[in-house]
Amino acid sequence: MVLVVVLLGALYALPNLFGQDPSMEISATRDAVVDQTTQSRIEQALEKLGISAKGMEMQQQKLLVRFNSSEDQLKAMDHIAAALGEDYTAALTLAPDLPDWLIGLGAEPMYLGLDLRGGIHVLIDVDMESAITQAAERYSSDIRTLLREEKLRYVRISREDERVVVKFNTAEKRDQAIELIGNEFRNLNVKDVDQEEAFLVEVSLSPAEKQEVQRFALQQNITTLRNRVNALGISEPSIQQQGVRRIVVQLPGAQDPGKVKEILGATATLEYRLADTEHSVEDAVNGRVPPGASLYYERDGRPVLLKKRVIVTGNQIVDASSGLDQQSGSPAVFVSLDGVGAKRMRRMTNENVGRPMAVVFIENRTTTRMVDGKAVKVKRKVEEVISIATIREPFGRRFQTTGLDTTEEARDLALLLRAGALAAPIEIVEERTIGPSLGQDSIDQGFASVMIGLALVMVFMAVYYRVFGLVADMALVMNLVLIVAILSLLQATLTLPGIAGIVLTVGMAVDANVLIFQRIREEIANGNSPQASIQAGYEKAFSTIIDANITTLIAAVVLFSFGTGPIKGFAVTLAIGILTSMFTAIIGTRAVINWIYGRKRVQSLAI
Amino acid sequence: MQILKKGTYLDLMGKRKLAIYFSSVLLLIALGAIIARGLNLGIDFTGGTLVEVKYPEAIELAVVREALNQNGFSEAVVQHFGTPQEVLVRLAPQEGMESAELSDRAFRAMQGITSDAELRRVEFVGPQVGEELTEQGGLAMLYALIGILIYVGLRFEYRFAVGSVIALVHDVLITVGFFALFHVEFDLPVLAAVLAVIGYSLNDTIVVFDRIRENFRKMRKGETVEIINTSVNQTLSRTLITSGTTLLVLVALFLFGGEIIHGFALALIVGVVVGTYSSIYVASSSVISMGVSRADLMPVKKDDEVVDETP
Repeated sequence: MVLVVVLLGALYALPNLFGQDPSMEISATRDAVVDQTTQSRIEQALEKLGISAKGMEMQQQKLLVRFNSSEDQLKAMDHIAAALGEDYTAALTLAPDLPDWLIGLGAEPMYLGLDLRGGIHVLIDVDMESAITQAAERYSSDIRTLLREEKLRYVRISREDERVVVKFNTAEKRDQAIELIGNEFRNLNVKDVDQEEAFLVEVSLSPAEKQEVQRFALQQNITTLRNRVNALGISEPSIQQQGVRRIVVQLPGAQDPGKVKEILGATATLEYRLADTEHSVEDAVNGRVPPGASLYYERDGRPVLLKKRVIVTGNQIVDASSGLDQQSGSPAVFVSLDGVGAKRMRRMTNENVGRPMAVVFIENRTTTRMVDGKAVKVKRKVEEVISIATIREPFGRRFQTTGLDTTEEARDLALLLRAGALAAPIEIVEERTIGPSLGQDSIDQGFASVMIGLALVMVFMAVYYRVFGLVADMALVMNLVLIVAILSLLQATLTLPGIAGIVLTVGMAVDANVLIFQRIREEIANGNSPQASIQAGYEKAFSTIIDANITTLIAAVVLFSFGTGPIKGFAVTLAIGILTSMFTAIIGTRAVINWIYGRKRVQSLAI
Repeated sequence: MQILKKGTYLDLMGKRKLAIYFSSVLLLIALGAIIARGLNLGIDFTGGTLVEVKYPEAIELAVVREALNQNGFSEAVVQHFGTPQEVLVRLAPQEGMESAELSDRAFRAMQGITSDAELRRVEFVGPQVGEELTEQGGLAMLYALIGILIYVGLRFEYRFAVGSVIALVHDVLITVGFFALFHVEFDLPVLAAVLAVIGYSLNDTIVVFDRIRENFRKMRKGETVEIINTSVNQTLSRTLITSGTTLLVLVALFLFGGEIIHGFALALIVGVVVGTYSSIYVASSSVISMGVSRADLMPVKKDDEVVDETP
């Protein structure tokens, strides 16, 4: 059995010996397909640069381009991206260079954590308070519609934080309303909170509904973030929920943290409104904003008056792409609306031919700032009018919007519109970016420390315990192979602290053998025969080894449950190391020692 | 080869009074350092931004400071990291600037010196996350201790459990005290190392306890102190050898593992040294002073099948 385990271990550890090629993964973003023409375009682009690719492979709608060095890879990145244009994304990645028979066996190298392969880790906090307030806002408008439909006259409806308060002028109407709202919205808590002369109804979200709202906000945000990340073109992105209000985004190989954060955190969307041409803009600037209109500013600071009523919002946009306006040549976003949006747009434009319509660019930003040593959340809403144009003819589903400053901006906006809006504002609360060179350095240094540590321990054991020491050394190497094999099989993430865990295991794994060998020495000193001493040594040390290892395992489990990313990696390798070392140090060495000493009568042991 | 001559018998427990004084002094220094100097907590716990940049050639810190100053980062802490080419910059949260934006601006400022500057690492931790981490770290430590207390209590006896936890607290305090005293940065990997120290030190202690239990049953005569002393002596070579091999690899890690892992390796080195000492002296002495006697460890007849005893 020992032999089988060792052979299997060696087989699955094998992929780690093969190098990884710096590569690039090309995938199509939208309508485009990856095919032979794509490949030849890339070949041409590389030829111009004087770089030769190591190889190209097609894999499930994706093209993998391998390079000889990471310098080539980085140099090629921009040029390939430019050569392919917007319909394709190119992502940097590492591709293992494995022979086919190993791939056939399902063997893969260890999965490296971000701190080793380089990339960006972002922890995002979803603003649940806003999600609840937004829900309350939605309910207040639903309640307004309901009361109107039922012709139940109310004095006022207002939202106060997470509650909606409706005021009536008679107790009778108030009671009717409580019944009506209670029947219509079963997930809301309705009660009367009369004050003096006023008959008030307070509507609030039930705890279950609150939870549902939060769950939905989180899920929706994860979906949106996933869409955005996919559009960024990063291979193997990971987006996961952490706890009840956090999202972890991991982007291996991502290089530009500024860009990533901008795209992830952006809440930009568009609104289409009619301009108010009946009232004076000057009056509005001086504080007399007419009812039904709001004052906005254009990018150059000019004030404009827009109708309050929104024709369509970003939510009704189903697709968006960027390009150039055919007439003016300025950057534009081409927008497609969903059915409802298209209908509204057609009706509005039909009725208002010849009038100006404005496109409002809206961005919500939440930031944490330090005020008097305390963290305070600041929300800022940026609203700008990016274009005002006269409606020349009615239009519906598809149209274009101009007024953006650069093609870059048009591209980002199209991406955001396409990916959808975030259900609740988010804030980046943690970011870790590791450059690729640092990751490689960490791998090299980690590998060096494992090897040097291993060599030192092996020399010591061989000198101290002679033949038995050599057996323990074999077990140690076997242990290392098994750890690597298990990590590869589980595809558990290997991090820098994880490598440190392996180093530590190398030092501690011999402990079991030391315990056993000391026992054997003791037995021999007590005058027992070599065979009996070996037998007794293994037996007596066994429960000690188990006890000692279980306690270390407890610490590893606690570490795992508490830790984030890198620390988890440490806990994983530590735990795996403890388990494999027990196997190799007890069963493995026993087998070898029995094989050496078992068959013949021995007078003395080399221990 | 032998570390200790055959038949070596040291009167280790006889010197336990001395050990108690020694430990007390160490603990006082550690506690004093933690209280008076405080820990040099990394941004993992305090929150903040850290940017590591590598220049193609060695660079003067003053040049980097100047560049940062001109871009409004007057309070940035700048230092070399590992080599003279690498620079580590710590930024405090700034009024009126988005925390996520901070690192990008700082890097651009540093790139202004030469455009070949390479971004090695950015870490930004929000104040809220830092607080949570600190809390979780403390809790993790507590859970680990409780888990161990229960396990040792079940496998041995409650006084042994208390003895091992005293030894663990001793080790953790001294390791953390070391970081406070020398003002070495205490970050997340260091905390992980301290938790690993708990596991390691316990490992040592358990081996000694195991022997004590075995000897209590085997040696029908002899004083408690004598039996414990014998047990510690019997396990002494093993304790020293294992600590030795562990220290070997840790020193390798410290020297060759790179700058990021330095604090982690250092914490483990300190922890292993203290842990070795404590499993010999602190744990055993505590058990003696709590008055463990042979009767406490004699297997109760009925429990024989239930408890997995050492033969």
